[in-house]
This record gives sequence, C-alpha cells and structure tokens, in this order.
Amino acid sequence: MLSWFQATHRWRMLMAATLLFGSGWIAVSREPVSSTTAGRIPSPREGFSAPGFTLERLDGKVVTLADMQGQVVVINLWASWCPPCREEMPTLERVYRELKGEGVELLAVNTSYQDSLAEATAFVKRYGLTFPILVDARGEVARRYQLRALPSTFFVNADGVIRKVIIGGPMSEATIRTSIEELLAERR
Amino acid sequence: MMLPIIHIGPLAIQLPGLLLLAGVWLGTAATDSQAGRLRLSRATLQNLILFGLVSGVLGARLGYAARFLNVYAENPLGLFSLQPATLSPGAGLIAGLLACWVYGQRKRLPFWATADALAPGLAVFSLSTGMAHLASGDAFGAPARVPWAVELWGDMRHPSQIYEILFAGLALMVILEMGRRQTFPGCVSLVWVALASASRLFLEAFRGDSVLLIGGIRSAQILALMTLLAALALMRSLATASSRAASPARGARISDGIECL
Repeated sequence: MLSWFQATHRWRMLMAATLLFGSGWIAVSREPVSSTTAGRIPSPREGFSAPGFTLERLDGKVVTLADMQGQVVVINLWASWCPPCREEMPTLERVYRELKGEGVELLAVNTSYQDSLAEATAFVKRYGLTFPILVDARGEVARRYQLRALPSTFFVNADGVIRKVIIGGPMSEATIRTSIEELLAERR
Repeated sequence: MMLPIIHIGPLAIQLPGLLLLAGVWLGTAATDSQAGRLRLSRATLQNLILFGLVSGVLGARLGYAARFLNVYAENPLGLFSLQPATLSPGAGLIAGLLACWVYGQRKRLPFWATADALAPGLAVFSLSTGMAHLASGDAFGAPARVPWAVELWGDMRHPSQIYEILFAGLALMVILEMGRRQTFPGCVSLVWVALASASRLFLEAFRGDSVLLIGGIRSAQILALMTLLAALALMRSLATASSRAASPARGARISDGIECL
C-alpha cells in the first residue's frame, strides 16, 4: 500500500472518489423530516416524551402529567423502605421550595404496590414534604417508566420531553439544581 | 433491547456501564499486546491510558460544573458526586487527549508508534461501545422494512447497534492483522481512524437519533467524511516521508519490503 500511495495520480483518485461517494451518501441518506422521533414517541428515556399517567395524591386529589405542560417536571419514583430515596427527599424538598415559583413541579411517585402507605405517609409527615406524593397502587407508572432501580428520577422539560434520567441515588443537591436549571434556561 | 440491571448487594450495576468498563480493560490489554512489537514500555503505555482516563473524567466533571458555577459555588461538595448525567463529554475528551499529549511529551513517546499501540485498544473499546448501545437501546435505528428489522417503540427499525458491532469487529480484525505486517509508523492507527470514520459515515444513515443540520443532513456524517479525508491525506504524507527516510540508493528495495496492507 505504501507504493500504492506514492503514485500521486492514484492517491488523488482515491481522495476524489472518497469525497464524491461520501458526499453522495450523505445526500442520499438525508433524513426525511418525518422519521426522527423528535420526542414524539412516549418512552422513559432521554429525548422521548414522558409517558403519561393519572394518579391520586396521598391527599386524594388527582394529578395528570399531561396537565403540567409548560412547567419543568421532576418525576421521582421512590419507596419509604429505600435508604437512598429517603436520603434525597430533604434535598428535593429544599430545592422544590426554592424553585417552585419559577414553574417547577415535583411529582414524587410512591411505588405503593411495593410499599406500605402508612409508612410512606408517616415519612412524608416527619420530613414535612410539601410536594405532591402520588400513589402508584398498581405499579402502572413503575411499569411505564421501566423502573429498574430505586430511586429513579426523570427531568421533563416544558414540552413534556424527558431530558435527563438519573437511576439510583441519593442525588446531590448540585445534580438536582443543575438538571432543573438547564431545563428552566431552555424554556426562557 | 433493554437489558436488566445487575444487583450485587446494595450496588445496582447497569449492564451498559459494565460493558464499557470491560471495554476499557480489554482495550488496555490489546494495547499491551502491541507494546513489544513497537518497542514501547508497557508500563508507560498503561500510565498513559490511566492518566488520560482520569483526566478525562475530571475534565468532564469540571466542564459540567463550569456551566453551573453558581450552583457548585453554593454546593462545592456536589463536585464529588460522580453522576454520569452531570458529566460533559466534550470537555472530558479534550482534557483526556490533552493529558495524553502532555504525558507523551514528557516521556518522549514517539507519537505514531504510540498511536499504533493505542489503535487496537480504541478498536476494542468501540466494539464495547456498540455492545453498550445494544444493552441500553441507545444509538437506535431508523424505521425500516428490511426482513431483519427489530421492533422498538412501536416501529420496525434497523438493528443499528448490531451493524455498529459488526463493523467495529471488522475494523479490529483488519488492524490486528496489519499489526503483524511491516508497516510505516502511523499506518495502523490511521487505517483504524479511516475505517472507523468510513463505517460511521455509512452506518449513520440507518440511525433514528441523528443530530440533523439544515436540510436533514446528519452532522455526524459530515464530521466522519472530514476525518476520513484527513486520515487518508496523513497516510499519504507519512508514507512518502518514510520512503524518503530510507536512503535513496536502497530506497526502492526497502519500500518494496514495507507494506501497509
């Protein structure tokens, strides 16, 4: 190949052919606008729209994710028996109180199908959590969000598209804040 | 496409991450195996990789923090929470390459021989990246009607991760075979860069998650084509330089003996 490369005309041909076929392929494989997912398919992963759900809160009010369009939504799946979930709750509460006014909603979905509601309620009281606690009694949200580890947190932008997924915890305050601020900045 | 998380006690290890770690490990071993052939110190090469990886992670972390200085100024401890979601890959890549460059300069490592040793390692790592993509469902395919399409998110799609694995495996085999032959310094690494960018240029067309420029042009393809052309140009200039280095009298015979492919 060394001697092959030394022949200037062959090398020029190779470069020209690469450029020609390369650009040709790029042109042929241009994406038709319709085939991008562009966040239109619901799936629990980055770049997809957050799967919808309607759940009751601990206090009995009904919450629907679709009603939150226009707000930055943090969906946190947790259980009262899960130590890292418990550990990050006070941090979530602190950040929530501070940023709530800027159009941030936090939905703490209790995986009630595998948790005791009494213990979850006691936990919420003890820590004075003010964000809505949703009851996933049949594990429907856990299934839709393909829950594989607790806690799992989904950061959803104002258009309802998931922009960041954090599996496991506890998340540091900085992680929570930067993830939310990124989405607030995007909305402005 | 989504494989489960492995639970070992309190640790939830995600398979994609595990595959990438295995890629780093096997890649280091592949680079190790080239050290003798290229007359490079095995320990120095390992240090180079370690140094690059550590600097890469640090750079990715600090790069992310730099975007949110106010937050990290209030919570400096947050810097130590190594959460993959709070890393900035671009900054990490630059920091890692810079660290390798500085280390290589200080240890007076010959640039192209070192690159040739690193190439099989990178090839192994890109193979494991393909597998990690398969495990996580990232880098997924565009909707397709080919008989081997797989169902994903309600559409039949190209199994783009399988393509990725096959092409990366092919590139690895080619450069391992080339390493056994007499070549000019830089040949193996440049051939790998050329193969990797050519396959990206080709395979990006089958992906459903491309970043698009105006007119639906996939930006990764533009970058891949430019890298491919640059690799070919460099190959040509290294090939001519190495034949000129051989004495003119015996030049013809020596260059006949040195073969690149």
